[in-house]
Amino acid sequence: MTPPGGDGPAPGHPEVKRFAHGSRLPGWDRAVDLDKDPAAVPEPATTPVPEELRAEIEARMALYPDRRSAAIPALAAAQRLHGWCSPEAIEQVACVMRVTPGYLSALATFYDMLETEPKPRHDVYVCTNISCSLRGADRLYAAVQEFAGDDPRFNVRSFECLGACDIAPMAAVDGVYVGPLEPADVPALLNDVRDGRPVLPRRQLARRHVADPDANREEYPRPEPQPASAQPKAAIHPGERERSIAGPVPGGVEGGEPPAADHGDQRGFEPPDPRQGKR
Amino acid sequence: MRMLLADIDEPGLASLDVYARRGGYESLRKALGMTRDEVLADLDASQIRGRGGAGFQMGKKASFLPKGDIDKYLVCNADESEPGAFKDRELMQKNPHGLIEGMIIAAYAAGVNRSFIFIRGEYQLQGDILERAIVEAREAGYIGERILGSDHTLSLVLHRGAGAYICGEETALLDSLEGKRGNPRLKPPFPANQGLYQGPTLVNNVETLASVPHIVRMGGEEYARIGVEGSTGTKVVSVSGCVERPGNYEIDLGIPSREIIYGLAGGPPEGNELKLWFPGGSSAPVLTAEHLDVPYDFDSMAKAGSMLGSGSIIVVDDSVPVMDVARKVAKFYAHESCGKCTPCREGTNWTEKMLERMDAGLATPMDLEILAGVQEQILGNCLCVLGDSMAMPIGSMVKHFRDEFEAHIEAARARSELGTVEPAPEPATVMRDTHGPMPTAEAR
Repeated sequence: MTPPGGDGPAPGHPEVKRFAHGSRLPGWDRAVDLDKDPAAVPEPATTPVPEELRAEIEARMALYPDRRSAAIPALAAAQRLHGWCSPEAIEQVACVMRVTPGYLSALATFYDMLETEPKPRHDVYVCTNISCSLRGADRLYAAVQEFAGDDPRFNVRSFECLGACDIAPMAAVDGVYVGPLEPADVPALLNDVRDGRPVLPRRQLARRHVADPDANREEYPRPEPQPASAQPKAAIHPGERERSIAGPVPGGVEGGEPPAADHGDQRGFEPPDPRQGKR
Repeated sequence: MRMLLADIDEPGLASLDVYARRGGYESLRKALGMTRDEVLADLDASQIRGRGGAGFQMGKKASFLPKGDIDKYLVCNADESEPGAFKDRELMQKNPHGLIEGMIIAAYAAGVNRSFIFIRGEYQLQGDILERAIVEAREAGYIGERILGSDHTLSLVLHRGAGAYICGEETALLDSLEGKRGNPRLKPPFPANQGLYQGPTLVNNVETLASVPHIVRMGGEEYARIGVEGSTGTKVVSVSGCVERPGNYEIDLGIPSREIIYGLAGGPPEGNELKLWFPGGSSAPVLTAEHLDVPYDFDSMAKAGSMLGSGSIIVVDDSVPVMDVARKVAKFYAHESCGKCTPCREGTNWTEKMLERMDAGLATPMDLEILAGVQEQILGNCLCVLGDSMAMPIGSMVKHFRDEFEAHIEAARARSELGTVEPAPEPATVMRDTHGPMPTAEAR
C-alpha cells in the first residue's frame, strides 16, 4: 500500500499526484510540507464527529486497559461510515481517541482491510491462494474482473487465503463466503449483489455441513442463508460519482482495471490444463 | 473418535440452550469445584500440544505464567490465516460456546482475569456468532464477576483484526491487539512473562482451548490415552487442494497420513496422482507420495522432515507444475512479510523475483542454487517464523523436485529464446518519475 506522506515536493510544487488515479479528494493530493510540524491530536471543538461513531469508539475504548487497543476497531467503524479511511475519517477517530492522525495512518496503511483510497461500495474478495488456485481460482478471478468490468460499485480484489479452502475456489462478497464457484456462476453472483439479494444462497458457507462423515450422528437440516450484507450503507464518496462519469477507476492503469488489486499481476495457475506448450 | 466435531451441525448448537442441553458448561462447573492447581495438573496430564502450529504443550505454557495477584491475560488466537487452514472457522461458527467454556476454564487454571479473542477481520459471520455467544454467556453468569459463585472473575472481549497474516504470530498479534501495526517482537521475553500490555499472557489457539472442556470432563490422563505418545488427543485436520472431498475431519493423532488424504478426503481426482503435499499448511516443508504411510502426529511429521503445524493438509497432484506452487507460496509470503527484519523482507521478495525469472526463461540452473542458498540464509535468522515459513517449503520443493525445476528452467529458456522475451522492467520507477533518470554509477 502506498503510505500517505512520502518525499516532500520541490519548492513551487504545491500539488503532487500521489496516486495513479489522480484523486482530487481533499488531503491526499496535498504535498507534504516538511517545514510543518506533524499533525497534532485534533481539537474536539473544531472537529465534528458523528455522534454514532463517537459512541461506538468510546464504547470500544472502555473495553481495554489501554485505549489505543481500540484503534483498529475504531478505524473499521469509521470506514463503515465513510466508505474508506479518508483523511476526514482518520481525523475523527484521532479526535475521539486522542491520538495523532499519523498514528492511525500508520495502522490504516498496514492492514489489508483498511482502505486508504476511496473504494467502491461492494467488496468482492476472490481468494487466489494456493488451495483455491489448485481448484481454478485464477480463472474465477479473471471471470469476476471481466464481468464486473468498470462497474463503480464493485471493489474486486484478489485476496490471500480467506480460510475457506473447503469451498475452493471461493469469494467473500461483502463478507459473505460463497463457494465452490465456477466462472459461469459469476454473473448470477454479481447480479445478486447489485440487486441486494442474498448472494447465491445455495453456495453459502453458512449453510455447509462439516465434511467429516462421522461427525454428525444424524441428518440435520441446513441453516438459513445469510441475508444481503448490511455493509453497503457506506456513504458514496463524492469522488466515486466523479469517477463513474469520468471513466478511470482507482488504481486503474488503463480503463477497466479494477481498483486496489494490489497483489501484482496474476498469471495462470490452472490445474486442469498442464501449461506445457501453451506459450 | 469425534469430540470437537461431534454433532457439530445440530441446529442451534451456537445458542446457549442447545449447548447447555448437551452438557455444555458442565466442565466449567467441575473445574470451578477443583483448585486452580488441580485443573492445571489435568491440563498438564493431558499432554495436549498447541493446535495452532508450534505444538507446544499447553499445560506447560499455562504453568509458566507467574503466580500471584497481578494483571494476567489470556488471548485466544483466532487469526486463522495460514493458507490451507480452516478448522477454527468451523469450530467458532458452529460451536462458539465450546471455545468460550474452554477459555473460562483455561483462565481459571492460569489465574487470569482478562481475556480476549483475536479473530481475523475476514471472519465476519464467525465474529458475529461469537459476539452473540459471549453476550449469552455473560447473561448466564459464566463470564463476569465471581463466576457461578466461585472466586473466579473473567472478562472476555472479542477483538476483530483487519487483515494481516502476520497477526497470527503470537507477538505480532499482541502488538496488533495493543493497537499497533502487527510487527513481531523479539523473543525472549516470551508472552508468558511479558505479553499483552507488558503483563504475563497465555496465548492459545482456538482448537486447543476448545479441547479444554473435553479434557476437564474426561480427566487429563484419560484424554492422554487418545492418540499416540507425544501427540495426544484428537485433531481437526483441514484437507484441501487436489482432493475429492476437501473439508475438516477429526482424527485421533497418529493414524497414517494416507488414511486422511485418501480414506477421508478421497485423494486426488480420478486419473491424477499425488505429487506433493503440505502436512501443516503452506508453511510446512512439502512431503511426497513416499511419505504417505508416515503416521500423522507431531513427532513423526518432524522426523519425516516436515511439521504438523496447524494440521492443514494441502494436496497437489501431478497435473500442477511445482513451479506454480512455489510461485504462489513465495508471492504470498512476500506480500505478507511485515518488513521489520531484513532476511524475511528481502528474502521473500527476492525469492519471488527469482522464481519469476525462472518461469520467464531468464534463469540458468545456477539460479536454483542461489534460490536454495537464499532459503538457507533466511532460516533461523528472522524475528519470527514468517521468513522460515517460506524458506522451508521452497527449500523442500527444490530438494524434492530439483529435476523438475531444472527442466522447467530449460524449457522456459527454450521457449523464450532469450531475446524474443520482453526484458524485465527496470526497477525503481517511482524514483525515476519524481527525480528524473537514476544516476549511473559513473555519474555518482
